[in-house]
Amino acid sequence: MNNWSRAAIAALMMTAAAPAMAEECIAPANPGGGWDFTCRQIGRIMTELKLVPNMVQVTNVTGAGGGVAYSQIVADRNDDPTVFVAASSATTTRLAENAFAGATADQVRWVGSIAGDPGVIVVGKDSEFQSLTDLVDAVKADPSKVAFAGGSAVGGFDHLKVLMMLDKAGFSDARAVKYIGLDGGADAITQTVGGFAQAMTGDLSEITGFIKSGDVRPLAVLADERIAGFEDVPTAKEQGIDITAMNWRGIYVPKGISDEDYNKWVDWLKQVGDSEQWKQEMAANGLAPYNVYGADFEKFVAENVAEIQGIAKEIGLLQ
Amino acid sequence: MEMLSNLAMGFGIAFTPFTLLLAVIGAFVGTIIGALPGLGPSNGVALLIPISFSMGLDAISALVLLTSVYYGAMYGGRISSILLNIPGDEPAMMTTLDGYPMARQGLAGEALVVSGVASFAGSFLATIGLMIFAPYLAGVAYKFGPAEYFALYMLAFCTLGGMGSNNQAKAAMSAAIGLALAMVGLDKSTGMPRFTFGELHLQDGIDFLVAIVGLFAVAEVFFFIETHGKDSAIGVKLGKLTIPWKMLKRTFGAMMRGTGIGFVAGVLPGAGASLGSFLAYMAEKSVARDKDSFGKGNPKGVAAPEAGNNAAAGGALVPMLTLGVPGSGTTAVLLALLLTLNITPGPLLFSERPEIVWSLIASLLIANVVLLLMNVPMVKVFVHILSVPAWVLLPGVTMIAFVGIYSLTGSSFDMLMMVGFGVLGYVMRKLDMPTVPVILGILLGNAMEDNLRRAMVLSNGDWTYLFSTPIAIGLWIAAILGFVAPIFLRRLLKKPPLPETDPSLNED
Repeated sequence: MNNWSRAAIAALMMTAAAPAMAEECIAPANPGGGWDFTCRQIGRIMTELKLVPNMVQVTNVTGAGGGVAYSQIVADRNDDPTVFVAASSATTTRLAENAFAGATADQVRWVGSIAGDPGVIVVGKDSEFQSLTDLVDAVKADPSKVAFAGGSAVGGFDHLKVLMMLDKAGFSDARAVKYIGLDGGADAITQTVGGFAQAMTGDLSEITGFIKSGDVRPLAVLADERIAGFEDVPTAKEQGIDITAMNWRGIYVPKGISDEDYNKWVDWLKQVGDSEQWKQEMAANGLAPYNVYGADFEKFVAENVAEIQGIAKEIGLLQ
Repeated sequence: MEMLSNLAMGFGIAFTPFTLLLAVIGAFVGTIIGALPGLGPSNGVALLIPISFSMGLDAISALVLLTSVYYGAMYGGRISSILLNIPGDEPAMMTTLDGYPMARQGLAGEALVVSGVASFAGSFLATIGLMIFAPYLAGVAYKFGPAEYFALYMLAFCTLGGMGSNNQAKAAMSAAIGLALAMVGLDKSTGMPRFTFGELHLQDGIDFLVAIVGLFAVAEVFFFIETHGKDSAIGVKLGKLTIPWKMLKRTFGAMMRGTGIGFVAGVLPGAGASLGSFLAYMAEKSVARDKDSFGKGNPKGVAAPEAGNNAAAGGALVPMLTLGVPGSGTTAVLLALLLTLNITPGPLLFSERPEIVWSLIASLLIANVVLLLMNVPMVKVFVHILSVPAWVLLPGVTMIAFVGIYSLTGSSFDMLMMVGFGVLGYVMRKLDMPTVPVILGILLGNAMEDNLRRAMVLSNGDWTYLFSTPIAIGLWIAAILGFVAPIFLRRLLKKPPLPETDPSLNED
């Protein structure tokens, strides 16, 4: 197809509605976020692997941090075998904290996770803190002197990372920890580089550029092992604090579909997770492999929810 | 001249007959999207991203196409502001204040040309500003902490008094309604929902697009039904279109000032195009000698906010490209576009992927020139779309309002809320209360509160933290002056304003 006919098609497609498509991925947030990325990449790779006949249609159903999409699936599309929804740690965190108006994690079926975004703790390049231990000691000495910035609201995953890390390090007064929630990791970074907050917590992928440019200095990555491409960043475990915090990227499907359909989704997701295309996407976006599927993943989600509920009770988010 | 050679490289990549054709298509589609109430640049570009992928365009072609749509929508927003008194998107809100009165006086064509040229001046100069200053301006965002942002929003609200209405108390009350509505939703500092009544759809608060479309478009429909079209915006005639050189000359200063203010507002993440056009309008009003005619069809009141909002759109690209922080809803969508093209904006973008940055800049410049050529002589084409008979247009506006809002969140709840805002808008219009401050309250109220709360967390509840840096103090002084000055100036303004140097200019 030459360029001119492409342009003609462009004009046509913009005036006509997009053709109806079979499989649909719901991204519960605006274009540009992690969920949107999950939908678009999984959808693209499913098409390229010829698992689905048409392009996977991506619908952005925003609201309540994924809650609107969740309740839409539970209430209106409980037996729709063509729809899947992008999810991450943020989804289970909010479910655990009862932020989806009473919805619970067992109202959908969890298909699997195909990547993880390891948590990191960074400080400004001129910060006095040289190691995670320095930072933890400063918090222990006077928690009002150390403010953490993160890309999620209070009680969100970025906040929980700080609390879990400090808890494992022996500082359990979660309410004394200073945390300011901003709109996304990049915003939180600018506040830290500007010196308004003393440390920042987020996902590695959103910070990659700032680490490479030297604006911020990573103190620890919250993964089991050092991450490829960031070999000089020590894990928290190496520094004596036994914590991992992976922001997994995966999908869920409605509860009411048949086991056959569920297994089909698990199989498709596995094929996407094992594909070369996905490995390239992970490398380009600072994601680490984190592959859990089917029954294992449903168990993982249940445990994850229970753990978060414990912390949420401690800081008073849950009664 | 490294910059010029970089720019030449950018044009080398982005300037081909094929991309030029895409730019023309994108600019045309974008202008229509912008002109349709409810469909603004954000959702316009968001809707087109998947289409550009299914066409198999390469990264540069997709960038050219979608930036043309983006800028086209920024241009197009003014058309329905001027002709229908319904802003096509949120930054075009300020353009209604003087643009619509001009149209009522039979100066619709002039208003469209002036605002088109102002849009071009604003975005063209801002793109050049982006080129020259981006590496230096990247650091500005680091200087703005919670205290500074709070003071910045204070400045916006302090200068609000008296806009769009003759009664300051009414303007203040509208702003208070807006601020109250902004409180609905999840409180970022505690993670608790407020005023949501257990309704999941209210957890993210009230989308300002829902409010805009309701307050302007739906209220307009109600008003039209009541008056049977008399006195309504719909059906404004476009006279013979000539290029009003004198008017352009007279508004040149307003365009330049608007561009400067808009660009600075755009560079600050979190301020964005709406604040840019608002501050540009207020600043122009306060320096103009013919203050009294603002709000009654002063061309400067059209030129300043249009230059301001387009310049802010260019300025907002600075933090988006250098920090990955989107300054506004529209840059958030462009950020999404870059991410889907596998380009991650951040501090290293300019050094690691210069070909992307410079071809983006080149495509912005191309889009601007195409849009100027398209918008000024061809403005009649767009006007024809809007000047169809009322029995076609009215259901059309209603339909587009509903479809546009449904496409935002995909839930019917927002459509009901939009109708609710329509009723509110109708009542407010009956009471002669301006609706623009309501939108500003919803738009800025959340960010203002969040920053105040963050400042209090950081300072352990010490209020003096709000006045602790030179930038914050400067903004507070400006805010106080903006609030107090009109009270003293009003006495002077009771006298008739000084006539323009040449009274015959008023006739053009």
